[in-house]
Amino acid sequence: MSPRSPRRLVGAALLGVLTLPIMVACGEEPNQIGPVTVTMWTRAATQAQSERLVQAYNKSHKNQVKLTVIPTDNYQPRIAAAAGAKQLPDIFASDVIFVPNYTSQGLFMDITDRVAALPYKDKLAPSHMKLGTAQNKSYTVPHTLDLSVWFWNKDLYRKAGLDPEKGPSTLKEFAEQATTVQQKLGKDGKVHGTFFGGNCGGCYVFTFWPSVWAAGAQVMNAEGTASLNDQPAMTDVFKIYRDLYENKATGPTAKEEQGPTWTGFFPKGEIAVMPMPSTTLGLMPPDMKIGVAPIAGPDGGESTFVGGDSVGISATTAQPDAAWEFLSWTLSDEAQVEVMAKNKDVLARTDLSGNKYSAEDPRVVLINSLVAKGQTPYALRFGQTFNDPQGPWLRLAREAVFGDAAKVAPLNAEITKSLQQ
Amino acid sequence: MTPTPTRPGPVARRGAPPARWRARHLQGWLYAAPTAVIVGVLFVVPLVLVVWMSLNRWPLLGPAQLNAPDNYTKIADNPLFLDAVAFTLKYTAIITILLSVVALGLALLVQERRPGVAFFRTAFFLPGAVGFAAAALLFYGMLNNDFGPIDPLLQAIGITDEPVKWIGTPDMALFSTIALVLWRFAGFNMLILLTGLQSIPVEVYEAARTDGASRLQIFRSITLPLLRPTLALMLILSVTGSLLAFDQFFIFTNGGPDNSTVSMVMVVYRDAFFRFDLGGAAALSVVMLVALVALNIVQMRVLRRSR
Repeated sequence: MSPRSPRRLVGAALLGVLTLPIMVACGEEPNQIGPVTVTMWTRAATQAQSERLVQAYNKSHKNQVKLTVIPTDNYQPRIAAAAGAKQLPDIFASDVIFVPNYTSQGLFMDITDRVAALPYKDKLAPSHMKLGTAQNKSYTVPHTLDLSVWFWNKDLYRKAGLDPEKGPSTLKEFAEQATTVQQKLGKDGKVHGTFFGGNCGGCYVFTFWPSVWAAGAQVMNAEGTASLNDQPAMTDVFKIYRDLYENKATGPTAKEEQGPTWTGFFPKGEIAVMPMPSTTLGLMPPDMKIGVAPIAGPDGGESTFVGGDSVGISATTAQPDAAWEFLSWTLSDEAQVEVMAKNKDVLARTDLSGNKYSAEDPRVVLINSLVAKGQTPYALRFGQTFNDPQGPWLRLAREAVFGDAAKVAPLNAEITKSLQQ
Repeated sequence: MTPTPTRPGPVARRGAPPARWRARHLQGWLYAAPTAVIVGVLFVVPLVLVVWMSLNRWPLLGPAQLNAPDNYTKIADNPLFLDAVAFTLKYTAIITILLSVVALGLALLVQERRPGVAFFRTAFFLPGAVGFAAAALLFYGMLNNDFGPIDPLLQAIGITDEPVKWIGTPDMALFSTIALVLWRFAGFNMLILLTGLQSIPVEVYEAARTDGASRLQIFRSITLPLLRPTLALMLILSVTGSLLAFDQFFIFTNGGPDNSTVSMVMVVYRDAFFRFDLGGAAALSVVMLVALVALNIVQMRVLRRSR
């Protein structure tokens, strides 16, 4: 052997070591024998509910679910990146409004037959099922329901001389009560009449749109291809919030609030009345006295944004049976009542709304009753139009509430353009 | 006529066994192989893939469809990107000038060995050890109107009467981001310039002083000309880094308020991961890459010529 040979060997070995991971990655095969672990992703906004379901399932089943929680703002990009790399988890939840887009991109597996075999298939939350169905095929089932409702702080109402047991029944009353608390208690800057996420597109749709629906109007056409956000029903709502901001009845940072902390002020006892996600009711300080009212239009009516997450099996999974075992269990009586209802969450099944836990708290009964009255808007291009910070909706809403209301009409045309892309 | 002696080299080589030559060639290739594999896998392959993506309609899952040159032609119809180009160029110009001035100032301050100078060098460099994303979050927290400590501090010492909207207006958002970038990078750039300053021979300074040159004359006629190669390096790093700005705007200002701080890379990110237009995002990336390479070539030529 020549003296160069060992070097050559080392070089060849290095090359081999460097290329080994690539070869291994290409040759990976799924393992379906025995108890399996399926991976699941969810977003931080509905983390508590997902964690409770996964923990309860893992305790009682041989198969296990490994849950990864991803910050809400980064969830869409993470799903997109994972899909592009064909590295989606076995199961992933999604904000229900993004489901049509994910379905159109082919990210979810067709589970029509599996859903059809469920004895309670007709009792699953209708808005979630509608958005999870495309061309008569089912792709997702409801995972968590998160409804927008008004929370009011009874202690602050009492201190301000308002009736602590009577929340607002119209948006105008909402504004009056917020203004009263601001005037009576807001002088030191620690208490504010109301709050909203003024630099957060998703917050606007979740909290402002129900007032439009409650007034009997719509924000888009049924196909989700034309925006109606320049119509009086919407601009009337903007005007009321604009007045609240101009009269300094909102927290001072409402205009800058980008979303991550918009629900953080109410539990601190700083806000009198504001729209909040129903999922936060169970997370409020136990000694805090909170009233819950449906979101109303300027002159009355009731509605809510039926948000939350749907969940489906990813199109790239190698373990669809194990994944479905978990999903179908989350919809069972046991999971819905003993996990979800026990923690004051809204149920994914309408036939269980009268369960023993929900009946204990009239606020939960009220929230459950709103599922039928609320709406979940449908649009294929929802995320890039309404949630994206660089999308046209946020600009429209900010002009309407803080800026030049005359720009609403041209920006509405941009929303329509974005919806049709 | 004297016969010319035969040069042994080429003939001897020509006569050498070809197997030995091949072995030497192979050995050379093997030495280069690890680097070549890394460069190939991590740079060349992704680059080729991005160019290929930019010529296709590329869905998240499923087969791609050739649609060239649509992804390129539609860039002109993307007002957000065109605004982002203007904003990024403005940001790059401001940050490069400020960073150069501040970093040079800091480097001159700590240039000479004096008692305590090590402390200041460390203190100036320390922010550079903080991850950029972490630094952006840190500023977000520090300058937050609800819980940040800066506002109460400024009010307590009487500089401001009410909370400052640090990221509430387009100008303030840009100002705050520039403050963040200066804080994070001035020390690092100071270090680069310090190595350049210390490579200038002390004798040159001594000769200038003996000749009666003032401090300003020494700075203009000795320090700046001899520092030019180091300044050039800093300039290229700063311009390239600023044109590719992402973290600070994505985390700190989120492109706001009202899309006033959207950088070019943010638009690429948005097109890819919010709009799922991977082909369009790839086309934007290719255009940016070509522009950056061209800019760097121009920059290097200009700096070389002026030397």
